[in-house]
Amino acid sequence: MATLVIEKLRKSFGPIEVLHGIDLSLQSGEMLVIVGASGCGKSTLLRLVAGLEEPTSGRIVLDGRDITTLDPSARDIAMVFQNYALYPHMSVFDNMAYGLRIRGLPKPEIQRRVHEAAALLGLEALLARKPRQLSGGQRQRVAMGRAIVREPKLFLFDEPLSNLDAKLRVSMRAEIRRLQRRLGVTSLYVTHDQVEAMTLGDRLLVLHLGLPVQLATPMEVFDRPANTYVAGFIGTPAMNLLDATLTAGGTAARLEGGMLLPFADGRREGADGRKLTVGIRPEHVRLEPGGVPLAIDLVEPLGSETVLLGRMPDETMLSVKVHGVWTGGERTEIAIPPASLHVFDAQSGLRLDPLR
Amino acid sequence: MRRSQNWLAHTVLILGALLFALPIWLAFCAATLDPAAIDRGELSLIPRLDHLGSFWDVLVHGGPGVPPVWRMLLVSFGMALAIAVGKIAISLLSAFAVVFFRFPLRRTAFWTIFVTLMLPVEVRIIPTYAVMGDLHMIDTFPGLAVPLIASATATLLFRQTFAAIPDELVEAARMDGAGPLRFLKDILIPVSAANLAALFVILFVYGWNQYLWPLVVATSPSLDTIVIGIVKMIGIDTSTEWNKVMATAVIALIPPVVVVLSMQRWFVRGLTEGEK
Ligand SMILES: Nc1ncnc2c1ncn2[C@@H]1O[C@H](COP(=O)(O)OP(=O)(O)OP(=O)(O)O)[C@@H](O)[C@H]1O
Ligand SMILES: [Mg+2]
Repeated sequence: MATLVIEKLRKSFGPIEVLHGIDLSLQSGEMLVIVGASGCGKSTLLRLVAGLEEPTSGRIVLDGRDITTLDPSARDIAMVFQNYALYPHMSVFDNMAYGLRIRGLPKPEIQRRVHEAAALLGLEALLARKPRQLSGGQRQRVAMGRAIVREPKLFLFDEPLSNLDAKLRVSMRAEIRRLQRRLGVTSLYVTHDQVEAMTLGDRLLVLHLGLPVQLATPMEVFDRPANTYVAGFIGTPAMNLLDATLTAGGTAARLEGGMLLPFADGRREGADGRKLTVGIRPEHVRLEPGGVPLAIDLVEPLGSETVLLGRMPDETMLSVKVHGVWTGGERTEIAIPPASLHVFDAQSGLRLDPLR
Repeated sequence: MRRSQNWLAHTVLILGALLFALPIWLAFCAATLDPAAIDRGELSLIPRLDHLGSFWDVLVHGGPGVPPVWRMLLVSFGMALAIAVGKIAISLLSAFAVVFFRFPLRRTAFWTIFVTLMLPVEVRIIPTYAVMGDLHMIDTFPGLAVPLIASATATLLFRQTFAAIPDELVEAARMDGAGPLRFLKDILIPVSAANLAALFVILFVYGWNQYLWPLVVATSPSLDTIVIGIVKMIGIDTSTEWNKVMATAVIALIPPVVVVLSMQRWFVRGLTEGEK
């Protein structure tokens, strides 16, 4: 159990700055999921915490101890790598025991820890096997086991499930969550996967181009995205983002085609004609006879749901998610419920909250 | 179609094997003939089994002007082993340094090693002799092996092998607390064991076959290698006892063959198996 504090952490590779100052604070036992597009610096952040890279500036404090310049082995941190990074010539047992042997733990203690972790992960029967004799999911478990036996203060996961097939990913996801809760080890978890991001973490950090754009609970990030980037990044299919302007009095947004969208939650600040971006999630768009006509270009059946890609009269694209199978043909009529509207400033992309 | 292809492939392979085996068989047969018979050019493909004693004879007593073959085998074996082990140790360490450490002039160091590919012993034999002279290593056992140990080829090979090792494996070991030497011993060497074995075989045979350098640096008969011994037995003015030469040549084949056979499993794996 330990807290992790990251202060003003920056990292440059040569002249290129990759992380532009990250501030973070994790409570004891908390699991923070980091998401962001490829290349935004997620792995770099993790590697800085692990000590595999040196930060250009900033501080990392684990459990009250400044570990910024410590060697990786002295940090009391264990990491689970994307491709597992198991030692190919060692048995499962030795893979897990190796770090403990180096640390000079007594043999019985090593035995105890490895067998406990193996029991936890259902690996007892495989302890004598070599990694190449294991399936992908089993290797993943061994990689987890290797982290667990260390009994570290902090777990780092760098896309640990991305090499697994979809079904296995679902079960391993649940298992990681269960284990992390049970062991109560503070964790940083990097992922590309929307569902992992939403389900796994106590909090979610969205990184964009080396900057943190939002740090909140997954539901908060989903319900109140801090800017247009987060709005478009979290949720599938992505939120519809439409150009609009503020009406006089700040009580509604006017889409380019002239359609008026009143704000349900209050006035927004700004002069008449202020440029806005309004967001509406595809699943929140309602089918409403007599509403705005929508010409459907593409129908994507997902099984229990169907995504419709259509054009409004002013040629703006809009995607709509409906339940069940689509039988409605090539035209329909829709309405945008005011309560589900997200309002952003068009220039900065930042969320505009109502005035109080 | 497939059958006939297999058949063809087997024929070619069998012919090839025969082609390579024939000279050895001839040498074996010649070792059992009268010395005079070979001088007259009477080669036979049928060994005279009652004359197999010539093998024992050279092994224990040697031939004209050379020590017993068992002694020369020992010298050759020692030299080949020292060269193979020495080359592997040095190139392993240099490749380790070049691949896993960031130090000033790393590239320069690597290219310097690379350039020595163009300087085999044959090219630098005079300066090498001079250096050995300064080190008082002429006509000593270390003098036989040491100049042949530096090896760019093996360094390059190890560099390739190491470069193929995933970064994450290296990082996992770092997080497990393995220092550089521990990493070398516990991870790197076991992971590249197959390549190591293959290289050992190649280098052992290379060392075993050395001729020019031992000829130059060693003069005392106690340092005669088996290859030198064979040449010495072929007298220039005296008549040559060809049966003894042939017997020695056949015996000289045995240790490298044993090494290759005993490492065969590893050897083939090292040559054919890429990094997984
Ligand atoms: N060793 C390095 N040298 C130079 N640039 C690097 C190095 N490592 C990473 N970068 C750069 O830093 C940026 C962030 O990389 P990072 O690996 O952290 O991305 P990521 O968010 O983990 O991406 P992905 O989701 O694809 O794994 C990238 O633009 C990458 O090119
Ligand atoms: Mg990454």
